Amino acid sequence: MTTLNIALVGNPNCGKTALFNLLTGSRQKVANYAGATVERKEGWFTTPGGRRIRLLDLPGAYSLNATSPDEAVTRDVCAGTYRGEAAPDLLVCVADATNLRLHLRFVLEMRAMGRPLVLALNMIDAARRNGMEIDLPRLQAELGMVVIPTIGVRRDGARELLAELDGTPPPVPAPLPEGTDLHALVRQILSDCVTQSSPLSDRIEERLDRWVLHPVWGPVILIVLLFFMFQAVFAWAQPLMDAIDAGMGMLGQKIGTLMPDGVLRSLIVDGVIAGAGSVVTFLPQILILFAWILVLEESGYLPRAAFLLDRLMSFAGLSGRSFIPLLSSFACAVPGIMSTRTIQNPRDRLVTVLIAPLMTCSARLPVYTLLIGAFIPHRNIAHFLNLQGLVLFGLYAVAIASALVVARVLRWRNADRQEATLLMELPAYRVPNPRDLALGLWERARIFLLRVGTTIVSLTVMLWGLSSFPAPPAGAQGPAIDWSFAGRIGHLMLPVFAPLGFNWQICVALIPGLAAREVAVGALATVYSLGSGTDTDQAALQLGQMLPTHWGVPTALSLLAWYVYAPQCVATLAVIRRETASWRVVAIAAGYLFALAYAASFLTYHIARMF
Amino acid sequence: MRLSDLPRGTDAIIDHVDDHAETDPVARRLRELGFVPGEPVRVVATAPLGGDPLAVRIGFTRFALRRTEADRVVIHPVKELA
Repeated sequence: MTTLNIALVGNPNCGKTALFNLLTGSRQKVANYAGATVERKEGWFTTPGGRRIRLLDLPGAYSLNATSPDEAVTRDVCAGTYRGEAAPDLLVCVADATNLRLHLRFVLEMRAMGRPLVLALNMIDAARRNGMEIDLPRLQAELGMVVIPTIGVRRDGARELLAELDGTPPPVPAPLPEGTDLHALVRQILSDCVTQSSPLSDRIEERLDRWVLHPVWGPVILIVLLFFMFQAVFAWAQPLMDAIDAGMGMLGQKIGTLMPDGVLRSLIVDGVIAGAGSVVTFLPQILILFAWILVLEESGYLPRAAFLLDRLMSFAGLSGRSFIPLLSSFACAVPGIMSTRTIQNPRDRLVTVLIAPLMTCSARLPVYTLLIGAFIPHRNIAHFLNLQGLVLFGLYAVAIASALVVARVLRWRNADRQEATLLMELPAYRVPNPRDLALGLWERARIFLLRVGTTIVSLTVMLWGLSSFPAPPAGAQGPAIDWSFAGRIGHLMLPVFAPLGFNWQICVALIPGLAAREVAVGALATVYSLGSGTDTDQAALQLGQMLPTHWGVPTALSLLAWYVYAPQCVATLAVIRRETASWRVVAIAAGYLFALAYAASFLTYHIARMF
Repeated sequence: MRLSDLPRGTDAIIDHVDDHAETDPVARRLRELGFVPGEPVRVVATAPLGGDPLAVRIGFTRFALRRTEADRVVIHPVKELA
């Protein structure tokens, strides 16, 4: 039997990706807002009856009249005009049973595609809970297609759909007469097939939104949520981080005593453990940050935050639509920049792409934590505010404010009076599923550790090599590292960065940070570990305690300011190139970020020195 | 009366959506999202700092839209929804 080509289509946020994950066993990102999927994803599975299926997950679309790049993908794949993608043999149209008035219109529109079509009525459990009775046989008759109830978040939620795929393929539905009023038809079908027992105003959304979207309480709730996020990242992670740190220190010591003194020992202790080990320490913080982001994504709160912040965004010439891509960039700018595909206005999209790197990504967190922990006193203000957490919050706030100003300047330069659109769906609230959260966090931890194990270890080993060779000539004075390649490169860069208060060790650490920002921490650990001589290896992991003996506070603040803008991330520049297909945009992004970073560090250093 | 003039918490019925230009993608999208004649609509929230954007409920769905977008939607109010 040949492979069956199936595409999942439907309105945004109807649960296509949840079904896709359920059927194929993949773990694509699901979230409770429109536009979580922005490109087609492919998966394979075999039905119980032994039929091989190739399943495409497509971005959600409200209509075949695409208004944004992600909707265009869906339209083109369905029509069979997408380059390199054969027209699907079967369209599985997914509709949220709790939102049929909106979703059925698109289902009816899909009839015009002239392809075999079935309807998966998803979230049927939620519809029943809301007091909706759906007459399935009648719905099937009136829509003119097979209707199958599914529950994307339950393990056996696609059983009936699988059974359908094993049977004879459904027919191509007859096209609707030209000029049919789809909305009128939907209304007719709904009044025939659906009975609603409880009134709309009793819904949880109504009651919650009264507070969450309130002109005064709404922003208060938003600020409290964000503020606790940063406090949590700093305060809750500390015990775990200390434990990992101590573990790494013991490991380094153990290996240090077991192995004979020499190059190999130095490679393992100074290179791998001091370098990569010091990055692993930050895993708890990154997981706490992601836990918050996942909960916010799943709950349906994010689009509401976008609603509250739209006014602020409009000051910057953007709309609330840019909010979700920007918030994703707090995790990493790469997926953030990709999710700008949901923005309809090309200019808005470009501006959002350019300012996304200003959102403080999780890779900067280790650098912040290290420097704040080392240089900012651990003190409570007004009993409950942790000063270190407050500084962290401040760094994020400065980055956001800068992004708004940059966006404003970019909009002003491209004086374009085209209307910025918002028009965004506010989804139903959902209680985050603990299993999904755990899976999401596990996935994050895996990616992070993999990155440490590959990119970060290789970079730190490379840096160790550069910092260890060539060895100093016999009878040379001063630390050996001064004679190494890294030492020489650092001294070469120094004239450029000395006005910022950076020493040559910082200059060296900036280079591997190009590939992964968090490596800067490991790099400092390696450079100082090697520079400190052979008898103090054990001290290498206590980088936080060592740094204040090497740097003044102005240097630390200056480096913090540098990392607020931190232009050096190859992955971000690569994704900008891919999404905009323009080297010019890449050059603009890298150039303005470098200029801002330099200026901010310069000012910070010189102002801090006055105190 | 236009949707942008509707006070918070008041129910209204959509009359039609105006095009602001020859081909107005915003108006078209509004119609696709269900802003069609006869549909009941209600403003559930207005944003801080000047009340722009609005959050409206139409059918089972809630949308956030800016006042310039809501300007296109012509409505007539209803006294009390039975």
